[in-house]
Amino acid sequence: MSANRQPLPPETPTRRLVIGVGNGYRRDDGVGVKAARRLRESRADLTVVEASGEGGALLSLWRPVDQVVLIDAVRAGSQPGKVHRFDAHRQSIPSDFFSYSTHQFSVAEAVEMARALGTLPRRLIVYGIEGKCFAGGTGLSPEVDASVQNVLERIAGEFQSGVMIRETEEAHA
Amino acid sequence: MSTRTIKVDYLARVEGEGALYVRIEDGKVEDVRLKIFEPPRFFEALLRGRDFHEAPDITARICGICPVAYLMGAAHAMEMICGTRIPKPIRDLRRLIYCGEWIESHILHMAMLHLPDFLGYPDAIAMAKDHPEIVKRALRIKKIGNDIMALLGGREIHPINVRVGGFYKTPSKAELRKLESELKWGLDATLETARVAAGLRFQDLEPDYEFVCLRHPDEYPLNEGRLISNKGMDVPISEYDNVLIEEHVPHSTALHSLVKGRGPAQVGPLARFALNFDRLTPIARQAAAEVGLKSPCLNPFKSILVRAVEVVFAFEEALRLIGEYEEPDRPFVPVKPRAGTGYGCTEAPRGICYHRYTIDDAGIIKDAKIVSPTAVNQKSIERDLFYFIAPNVDLPDDKLQWECEQAIRNYDPCISCSAHFLKLKVDRN
Repeated sequence: MSANRQPLPPETPTRRLVIGVGNGYRRDDGVGVKAARRLRESRADLTVVEASGEGGALLSLWRPVDQVVLIDAVRAGSQPGKVHRFDAHRQSIPSDFFSYSTHQFSVAEAVEMARALGTLPRRLIVYGIEGKCFAGGTGLSPEVDASVQNVLERIAGEFQSGVMIRETEEAHA
Repeated sequence: MSTRTIKVDYLARVEGEGALYVRIEDGKVEDVRLKIFEPPRFFEALLRGRDFHEAPDITARICGICPVAYLMGAAHAMEMICGTRIPKPIRDLRRLIYCGEWIESHILHMAMLHLPDFLGYPDAIAMAKDHPEIVKRALRIKKIGNDIMALLGGREIHPINVRVGGFYKTPSKAELRKLESELKWGLDATLETARVAAGLRFQDLEPDYEFVCLRHPDEYPLNEGRLISNKGMDVPISEYDNVLIEEHVPHSTALHSLVKGRGPAQVGPLARFALNFDRLTPIARQAAAEVGLKSPCLNPFKSILVRAVEVVFAFEEALRLIGEYEEPDRPFVPVKPRAGTGYGCTEAPRGICYHRYTIDDAGIIKDAKIVSPTAVNQKSIERDLFYFIAPNVDLPDDKLQWECEQAIRNYDPCISCSAHFLKLKVDRN
């Protein structure tokens, strides 16, 4: 279940939301949370929250929102630090990238559940950063840490005025 | 001689890693083994040498679904050792956070893990495409449980606001009152979900269970009570080790439990419903009647209905507790350690969860024992499968496997807690 520390007040709909998913006490699993914290320092115009990745919480977090970017660590067998980008309206999210628990559904299942229920945000981009070490402890591996800046720059691009909406309209065309 | 083997190498929609092996010889079930290969986690060993105040937070990490069971078991055991008396408002808040856990755990299992079995879908996502309203309603019900956990526990998973003696911080009346309207919606929505479940087709299976659960003089059991069964057990929780014994079996990293001198025990919703029906709240009792449930219910496939009744109970109880809440003078009672052994046994969503600790005068933990409900239910699950497969041996392997997995999910098994779960193999020539 979510550990989002800044729950969205339901009465104030937010159009742009960034969700950093992960556990900062499991080394590279915390990369999404670290990216979210850095983004919050530099982008007052965006609502940035942190979440554990539990699917039910993600569904309620993004339900009232237009444009969502989600950042999480992945374990896909690629080079540590590699950045994977998924447009939820264009492709399904590989569930083995975002393993979480068999009982609690995770990022991939939350996206697919939202698709089945017709409750996907108008635009939902998922960034997955390949992790290297998921053991207990704090601090990111250097290769993973080095990708944070790259992801922040790409997210800035996602939110450049109009880009997200235009792309989504294309996707729906 | 013909041997047929059915093997599920990895069970889905259960928490943790386990498998099922079934051997059928000449049309007769010869062996059923629920194989649990989740690695042991050694919580009992790592508790030794830690301060008694740390036990609730350490043991809560055993489970992300039912952390409250561990928080409560550990806190109660330590308070028993130290002779602590817990005032009513704190006791009520503990009961309230447990209601939150029952709501979120039970509705998740009913709607997302178990219902797809009955409706013939591989998972909840596939089911959601055809039955979006059921899933949307379940997700909102689950969120209400989460909200209770977050308000009282600081967060939904692994709450961090429970301590020996009470809470670190207690909510104001106004904060609790804010939950009321959504709780009322949840009560109605659960009744709607129960009606859906009542229309399902249930397999025939009614084993002669020994149901084991807690019994409290006045309440449907959550945190306190005597340990009772339908076959004569009636002891204080401090006698747990004398009535339920554990044994190691080679095919499971979770110890198996047996009622001493008898056999398997079943703990959880069916046990509570059988032995505590008279303690259910009025609307929950009405809901049971409406969905056609009579106590005792011996059919494990109908556990989905009993869970619905228990969610109705949890909403009613939560509303009552909030209505009667008076803010305590302080959030916790200070607890001074003293040497001794204490016990905690509470009703987790899946059944009784037992804790025993020995601490010294400085409050250092010398010994710990924890038994999760799924560990106790393992033998009962194997026996159910034995009975269930016997009249169904002629089913094709894939159909038999589907039915077996459903029979296992009747227990909402949490393998991670008990390993100290599933793949299926059916052996038949």
